[in-house]
Amino acid sequence: MAQSVVFNIAGLGKSFGPNTVLRDITLALRAGEVTVLMGANGAGKSTLVKIMSGVHQADRGAMQLEGTSFLPGTPAEAMRAGVVTVHQNIDDGVVSALNVATNLVLDRLNNTKRGILFNPHRIRSEAREIAEQMDLSLDLSANVNELPLADRQMVAIARAMAHEPKVMILDEPTSSLSSKEADRLFAFIDRLRERGVAILYISHRMSDIRRLADRIVSLRDGRITGLFEDEPLDYEGAVNAMLGQELSAGHAAACAASEPIFTASGVQLAPGASPFSLALGMSEVVAITGLVGVGKTQLAEMLYGLRHPLAGSMQLDGKPYAPRTPADAIRRGVFLVAKDRARTGIVPDFNIYKNMSLPFLPRFSFFSITQRRAERAAARAQIENMGIVCRSERDDLFTLSGGNQQKVTVARWLSQPSRMLILDEPFQGVDIAARHDIAAKLRESAKERATLLFLTELDEALETADRILVMSEHTIVGEHRTSEVDMARLLAEVAGANMQGAA
Amino acid sequence: MRTELAEKPVAEAQQPESMQPSLTLREIAIRYGFLALLFGLIIFFSLATGGFASPQAAVFILQSVSITGILALGVTATLVVGGFDLSIGSVATSAMMAAAYMMVILEQNALVAVLVCLAIGAFVGLLNGLIICYMRVPDLLATLGMMFLLIGLQRIPTEGRSIASGMTLPDGSAAEGTFSPAFLALGRHRFDFFIENLVPASVVVLLVLAVLIWFFLEYTRFGRMMYAVGSNARAAEFAGAPVNAYKIWAYVISGVFASIGGILLAARLGRGDIASGTNLLLDSVAAALIGFAVLGAAKPNAFGTAIGALFVGVLLQGLTMMNVPYYTQDFVKGAVLVIALVFTFALLGRRN
Repeated sequence: MAQSVVFNIAGLGKSFGPNTVLRDITLALRAGEVTVLMGANGAGKSTLVKIMSGVHQADRGAMQLEGTSFLPGTPAEAMRAGVVTVHQNIDDGVVSALNVATNLVLDRLNNTKRGILFNPHRIRSEAREIAEQMDLSLDLSANVNELPLADRQMVAIARAMAHEPKVMILDEPTSSLSSKEADRLFAFIDRLRERGVAILYISHRMSDIRRLADRIVSLRDGRITGLFEDEPLDYEGAVNAMLGQELSAGHAAACAASEPIFTASGVQLAPGASPFSLALGMSEVVAITGLVGVGKTQLAEMLYGLRHPLAGSMQLDGKPYAPRTPADAIRRGVFLVAKDRARTGIVPDFNIYKNMSLPFLPRFSFFSITQRRAERAAARAQIENMGIVCRSERDDLFTLSGGNQQKVTVARWLSQPSRMLILDEPFQGVDIAARHDIAAKLRESAKERATLLFLTELDEALETADRILVMSEHTIVGEHRTSEVDMARLLAEVAGANMQGAA
Repeated sequence: MRTELAEKPVAEAQQPESMQPSLTLREIAIRYGFLALLFGLIIFFSLATGGFASPQAAVFILQSVSITGILALGVTATLVVGGFDLSIGSVATSAMMAAAYMMVILEQNALVAVLVCLAIGAFVGLLNGLIICYMRVPDLLATLGMMFLLIGLQRIPTEGRSIASGMTLPDGSAAEGTFSPAFLALGRHRFDFFIENLVPASVVVLLVLAVLIWFFLEYTRFGRMMYAVGSNARAAEFAGAPVNAYKIWAYVISGVFASIGGILLAARLGRGDIASGTNLLLDSVAAALIGFAVLGAAKPNAFGTAIGALFVGVLLQGLTMMNVPYYTQDFVKGAVLVIALVFTFALLGRRN
């Protein structure tokens, strides 16, 4: 197939204030080809998509669509020119209260040249035309909100196809689909490919990527760090370029394994996932790594009583451990520094000391009356200990920088002794200096407990942990001591090499 | 401590801890503006009218706001957990009708009447909480529905008529029961306080409940958790709080407070009057919302609610003594509410 370049990006750059999000991006998309874009959170994927779809404007560089300059000022302009984006959130792409036919012709209904009267016959015939073109076998009179997610996603894509796009951007379209639903979507994407559309496909799921990719582009810290297009595609290389660790030697401080303080056996996280076992030793720092969506957060939340395993049992300090609520977990000394602190960690209306004492109010209360003096003293000690930059323990949280807010959330859980401290992506949205401070404090205080970190970024895991476990498809697939890590095997496990054989 | 820290990068705002941050003029205005306005009003009315500055007038103001104040303190609890209770007015009138029904028609004593009223308030609050937390009905809609339900329900036992001693019952006979003197005392008894027969019982109830709920919200761990639930329910859940239980308790508190308001209303009127209490909901919600502006709290708080109720009472009493016509009262209340809300959300909202 003679493939011609449809869309060309040259030297693209974008900054938000002092943060440079994209640097010197150069990329060509070819007709009838699926280009997969990989990148960790914050690598700049969504900014790139937003520039291509006209939401943001680039600061530097140029884009060309079929040889002519392409500088969309609005998403509508990009769409008219033939660059169509289907967003991650399915319901952004369809109006769920309307039926399939109306959704398919919705953009035409917005055309000002049409009359104000609504002609249901014409809508149905136009919709049938679009559906036939796209080989979409759905009941056109069904309401979209009654359809399964994959069908909705296909309606959104078919609707986008009505614009006869030259470039289609699919932003994590399978993130909420089951694997069976995803298969139907892939078949649909194959048809788009046959029709000569240049597709930019953004995903974390290795199974998607193996199924669809003609070529892979890895993005890291706003730069393109790898372009893979030779058969067979180098999936491990792409993951490596995306995670970008420099194969630093594991740190020497790895402690010898001690008697386990926590064990889990035969735990099953999701239907169909293989059960796994897990043991954590006293004073050990263990990192669990893996791509986004492989079940790391589910595991963290399960250990903390926020969800329940489908099978298996857990033991803490030699006694059975089956927390039903976070309160149960806290009583047993299992603490969780949850992912996404703005949503799950911080009480924005509270100041520093009230945020820190929140889970431990019973311990800071005398006949249920809070002892503010004790709370403030504990908070001051943690501010000192973690080096939190603030004026006093009574500062409101929103006055602190992101790194300092994260230090407060970590300090909260360090302020009381724990048996097992779980941290889910504790370095997300945190600058390097704060990250080093937090990691140092974690190691320093790790003596009397087990510490479990969930990290997508491999270099963070190599930097902080004694032992690294790899998760893939909701189970643990590999184990490494940081001091003698085999990077090739580790990357193969992250990229899901074992599943390839199984599939 | 509310400061302007948010406007500059935090790293540069590093200061020795001993240095007390000095308040700017704007911060002083935000913190003390509303209290200053209240004192200004009191001084103005004292100078402009004779008799405003007397203890009797002060007590009269307190009495006039006691029932709405109690309801407002209850609704504050639901605002704290991020909810809202529109059913308080109808809970109060239902409690009033229930008290009258218990004593006049079922010929029960005061204690039974009071306990039945409190039980009704707690039950309605529990029901509201369950509907909101487990049936996932939005708070405004659930309590709006409950409001209509109660307004209708309280009329059914008497076929839509008010309840008074000696009224004709549906079967043609006259009601034999009466309001017991002990019950009426709740609305009419006055305690000696420096001056004989000065402070009405309802004012004492208001003050006790205000101190109780204020202490509960500010100084107990339950109150602290309720604020956490209202500010970020998910973070509270991740910190181990049973979020739904706190929400349900807030509605129970609100229902019980509203029923106490209804008991006092029945005791003051001495009858179960189906036409009374129409303004209770709006007045008490207004007091709670005005409370957001007090001390620049920008959040529901019991002290602010009490001041908010007092503010409306002072203003209306003062204007009445200056012969401003009664029909302008709602307009004045509305204007105060709008100004307080603008003050809260436009001035204080900027910091977020």
